[in-house]
Order: sequence, then C-alpha cells, then structure tokens
Amino acid sequence: MKFRVERDVLADAVTWTARTLPTRPPAPVLAGVRMEADPSGILNLASFDYETSARSELPAEVAEPGTVLVSGRLLAEISRALPSKPVDVTLEGNKVVLTCGASRFTLLTMPVDEYPALPAMPELSGTVPGEALTAAVAQVTVAASRDDTLPLLTGVRVEIEDEKITLLATDRYRLALRELTWTPSTPGFSAIALVRARTLNDVARSLGASGGAVNVGLSTGNGVDLVGFEAGGRHTTSQLVDGDYPPVRRLFPDSSPIHAVVATAPLIDAAKRVSLVAERNTPIRMSFSEGQVVLDAGQGDDAQASEALEAVLTGEDIAVAFNPQYLLDGLGALGTDFVRLSFTHPNKPVEFTGQDSLDGEDDSTYRYLLVPIRFTG
Amino acid sequence: MSRAPRSAGARRDWGSDESGCTILHVDMDAFFASCEIARRPELRGKPVIVGGQERGVVSAATYEARAYGVKSAMPMTRARLLCPQAIVLTPDFGLYSEVSHGVMEILGEVTPLVEKVSVDEAFLDVAGARRRLGEPTRIGAGIRARIRETYGVTASVGVARNKFVAKLASTHAKPDGMLLVPDAATVDFLHCLPVGALWGVGEKTEKTLAAWGITTVAELARTDLPSLQTAVGRVSGAHLHNLAWGRDLRPVVPGHEEHSVGAETTFATDVHDESVLARRVRELADRVAARMRRQGVVARTVSVKVRTSDFVTVTRSRTLDGPTDVAREIYLVARELVASVDRHGLPVRLVGVRGERVLERQGLAAQPTLEEAADPRSGAQRDAELALDAVRERFGRGAIDLGV
Repeated sequence: MKFRVERDVLADAVTWTARTLPTRPPAPVLAGVRMEADPSGILNLASFDYETSARSELPAEVAEPGTVLVSGRLLAEISRALPSKPVDVTLEGNKVVLTCGASRFTLLTMPVDEYPALPAMPELSGTVPGEALTAAVAQVTVAASRDDTLPLLTGVRVEIEDEKITLLATDRYRLALRELTWTPSTPGFSAIALVRARTLNDVARSLGASGGAVNVGLSTGNGVDLVGFEAGGRHTTSQLVDGDYPPVRRLFPDSSPIHAVVATAPLIDAAKRVSLVAERNTPIRMSFSEGQVVLDAGQGDDAQASEALEAVLTGEDIAVAFNPQYLLDGLGALGTDFVRLSFTHPNKPVEFTGQDSLDGEDDSTYRYLLVPIRFTG
Repeated sequence: MSRAPRSAGARRDWGSDESGCTILHVDMDAFFASCEIARRPELRGKPVIVGGQERGVVSAATYEARAYGVKSAMPMTRARLLCPQAIVLTPDFGLYSEVSHGVMEILGEVTPLVEKVSVDEAFLDVAGARRRLGEPTRIGAGIRARIRETYGVTASVGVARNKFVAKLASTHAKPDGMLLVPDAATVDFLHCLPVGALWGVGEKTEKTLAAWGITTVAELARTDLPSLQTAVGRVSGAHLHNLAWGRDLRPVVPGHEEHSVGAETTFATDVHDESVLARRVRELADRVAARMRRQGVVARTVSVKVRTSDFVTVTRSRTLDGPTDVAREIYLVARELVASVDRHGLPVRLVGVRGERVLERQGLAAQPTLEEAADPRSGAQRDAELALDAVRERFGRGAIDLGV
C-alpha cells in the first residue's frame, strides 16, 4: 500500500473518524482506524465500536492499493501535528511509514483481518437541512439524561410522520419537544426510533454544521436497528436504543390559565446573576405579578439576591421556584426574543415557549416543560 | 464508644496555660451503657454490655466490662466469652436519643457554636463564651457537672487549640475526666502517640505506614513530606503531616452533623437464601425509614453492609436522585446494592442498611420528577408509611408490616 494525501484533508478526516473511538475498547483492534487506499484515487477511513461506526472518504494519489489498521488516537494526533505539506503513507512489512516534509513516523499495524465488518449504511429514508437539524438537536438534547443507569432516557425519541419530525427528550425533571420538517424519500414515510442524544449531538455538530443537507437512513425491525447519517462523504451509523419510551407527550398540560411573557436575554442575565447566591440544588424563585417578575435566591443567613424585570402577566399572580441550571437550559435553548411561561399551578410543570414580540403569539414548534421545586412542610 | 488508640504512657497533665485553647470536645462515656445505668442504678459498678443478643455486636460496654477486654463492635458471642458475668441489654434507642437531645441542649446554652458529631459527641468553640462563663476548663467542668446532675451520665472533655487535638484530649481524659492540652504542649502530646491516633489512619494506612517504618506520630512528623506523599498519596500525606504537627484548620460548624440513620442485624444462622436476605433488607429499610421520619430527617445516600460467614465485611453506597425518608425507596436501592456485592458464594452473617448524609426534612427544597408532579397520588407511599407509624405507635412495632 502506498499513497499521498494533503495534510489538512487527512487531519480533518482522521480526526472526524477517530472521534468516536472508545477510550477503553472492548477489543484491541477497535482502538484502530482502518485505512483503505482504493485504486480509483480514494482513501477510505473507518472506525467502529460495535455501537457506532464512522466512515469518511477523501481524495488521495494511490500508487499501490491496500488496507491497514493503525491506532486511531495516534494517527489523529500525528496528522494534526504534521507540517502543512503532502503526506506520504507506505506499508513496510508490519509497519506503516508516514512521511511529511522532514518528519517521519513509523506506526505498528494491527491485524486488519480481525477487524469486524462495519454495518451497511441503512437505505435512505429522507433528507433534512443541516442547519435546522443542528438547531433542533441542540434544543432537545439539553433535556436528555446523562445518567447511563437510565439508558432509555439518554436517547432522543424521534417520531417521523411524512414531512414532520418530532424530537422528544427528558431526564425526568424536564421535557423538551421540537418539531421540524424534512423531505422523506417516500411520501407518507412513518417511523419511530430512539437515538442516543450523544450520537445526535455529534452528528449535528460534525455533519449538520457544514450547512448542506444531511441524509438520514433508518432501519428498524430487521435484526439490529440502526440509524445512519451521511453528509459530504462522511457516514456514521449508530445502534438505536432499545426499549419502550415512556408516554411523555401527555405531560404537556391541555390548557394553562396563567401565562407570562418576558424578554428572554434580560431574563437569562438576571437569572445568572441571581443564581450566583443559589448553592447547588437550591432554587431560584420567580414571583410574577401585574407588570413584573421578581427573581430571588438564597435564604436565611446565607447570601441573598433579587432582581425585578418587566413582564406581561395574564391571569392570577403566581410564584414558582426552579433549579437554576434547568431554568437557564430552557431559556438558553429557546432562541427567541421573548419567552412565554405557561402555568396551571405553582407545583405543576411550567411550559416554556418562544415568541417574537411581547404581545405576539407563541411558537409551539419548541416546548420546554420544567417541574418547579417543591418545599416540604 | 471510642476505639481511638490511646497511649498508656501519655501523661495526664500537660500544663494549665489555656490561652488559645478554645475548642472543647465533649464525649459521653460508654454512652448507651451509662444511660441504662442511670435508669437502673442497681447495675452501677457491674459489667454491662448493650448490644444485640445472641449473634449481634457490642454497641457499648461499661468500663467494668471493658476491663475484661470487651470492645465496641465486637461480636456478642466473643464478648460473652470474655466476660460471662456481664449483663447484656438490648439497645433502647428512644432513651439514648432523648438523653442525647438533652445533652446537646446543655451544650447549646454554652455557645451557639456547637457541632454535633454524633449522638454522643460534639465540638464547641468557646472563644466567645469566655467573658460570660470563664476559662475553657471552667466551662468544661460546668458542662460535665450539668450533664451528670441532669441525666446521671458522665462525659469526658478535651480542651485544646483545635478539633483534632481536642478529640484526642477527650480520649485521654476518659472515663469521666477532662484534659487540657496547652497550645505549647500540643506537639509533645501528639508525639507520644501511635500513628493510629491520627484522623484518617485506619488499619490499611497503618499497615502502609508501618511498611515505611512509621509507627508513631513522632516518626510521621519527622518524615519529609514528599516521602510521606509517596507512601500514602499526595492529599492524604499532606493531611497527615499537618495533623502530626497539630495543625487542623477546620472550624467548628454549628449544626453540622455527619449524621446517619442505620440498622443492621446478624442472622441466627448464616443465610444463603436470597429471599430471606431480601426480606431482612426490607425490614431494615422499614426500620431505618421509620426512624428517619420520627427524627424529621431525610437521607441523600443509601448504604448497605454485608458480612459473609468468613467475617469479610463489604459496604456499598449510592446517592439517591433526591433525599428520602420512604422505606420503599430505600429498600429498592438497598436491595440492588446488596445484590451487587460479590459474596464469593458464601452465606451472609450480617446485613445492614443505612441512610447517610441526612438533612432536616423541614423546608427542604426537592426537585420532583414530571411523573411525580403529574400524579395526584404522588406522595402516597410516604403517606401510607406515615399511617404505619401511627399504627405502630399505638399497637407496637410488630402490629403491622410493610408490603413493599
């Protein structure tokens, strides 16, 4: 095997392919990145940890085709550190020699025939605009659980009904729902899948951010359930999370007699200031009355803080308390100039939606539901 | 009852200069046993052991019993062998907690700076009380007298420059005594002690240190810090070195209490059967939760203790999503923790359940889940257990059982 490749292109592709490599691989070969030089002038890179696979292809001047397996972490670090010159890669015996300018590295190869076969990319189900996907995923995954003892809740529930995708995530204390549109490959396409929030975040960052369209493939009901994403010559597949997602949609209240509208950015700033005195796990209180909301935190002999902001309240006065981080997560995810908080009762979940003006209508394509903190008597 | 190593060679008098010695450590003597004797004066002067009957362990023993070698946490069978004439009493935690409460009230009248460490010991910072009540030893004597007069039990008091030294001083004052370790005598006092006297030195660290030739506090103090840190780790090495020179900067934190509520039982015969084990864990969780509710506290962590027939003891703990005093929640976690212990196929001799890192329930802020907020029956389990408490209050503990 012998090929030449541009340093920047190589570094970029190796970094992306190696990013999901496990720190403690279940088998030694899984710490590797497979390089396959194709006579057609393409270098294929692959990584796999039995759960997630990644593949990228890049142009290369292939003198001799061949396939090798080398340490992914090492290859990524080396390629990032190389000078900006063409990189020559040759297989010599059981070693890969990498030269770039005056630098020369020798890497031990791993047995490529012991490397597992990567799952095939599922058939195309539809296409979603990269930017929309990135925004939607960020809004929903704030609410996903990071607790691996609750695997189900580390996933995002994806519900697809023709042109509409609904994403749902919850860590039991808050629930986020986001709707977006896409182009299914067959009209009337319908599916439900539970995708790891980590995978979605990663795809949104690495594939969606480029701005182009992201191709999505879903294969369910035939052995291993997989989701695949592809954009710009990079493919990634991930096993779906197994299990029945709890019926969380019903948790959104049917109607809320009280609602308040506040400018989002000033509210975020005020909440950040006030929460400085809220120790871990102590709440920030929000008291809404005619024309204003007062934020305060801290109690007793400890430090205290309060701040008042303009708010438009419809319905009775109401006071609620929130975990400061959960509050900031929701406000930060909205991305609109104004936030509407809808209440039914001080102890019942509060729904956050965005709107463009103080007296406008709210946009229900993103909803963040948060349970207030309760004080024991 | 304290098992902190004492040095028989330690002098009983280290001087009388009290300047800078504003920390008091008040430690009740053989507390549970003393409470029993206060209630039944005919037992005075006799060897009395409080603890589980049959195969339980010793919770407390009078000094008369200790003279026979009886120690706290010792299996009761061994204690009975050492001291066959001992009077063995089943613990009455209600009584002890009542006396403990009263004692803490007495301490609270001296200064608000009282840090309760456990049911029978507390630290006081009397710096601000000196003008009103006199020198620290005078305050200490006053506390000892009031506890004895009011409850008929004795307390020992250590007076020193900081918490660490004050605690060692009270250990050396026992029983029924007081010891002042003047600021200037602190290092001399410490340097006559074995290394096990230092906080943080358990059996394991003691062994490690011994392998490095360190068996006394004096030797540890004279070991250079980098070598010490190589032996026991960076943080722990620095910590021990500070203690060995009498440096302990932790303030007395009022109300602060590394408190926990636990229950454990030793089986009459070692148990193999998982269902028997699970049932016992359930009973223990029930007992622990009921006690927490009575004390108005909730636990943030659940821990379990499993001792197999070979006397190897393993503890496991897990932090809960939110603090609780509900038996069912404690049981579900405890059961999993017990199941996670690798017993190497051996039967279980003892099992214990404990609620740790407890907080006052009153005014506590809790983050309910969406499910709990949506469910009108949320809190139903706790209400059911409260009803259980009420029934037991009237008809006794065995009157009703928890169907978790």
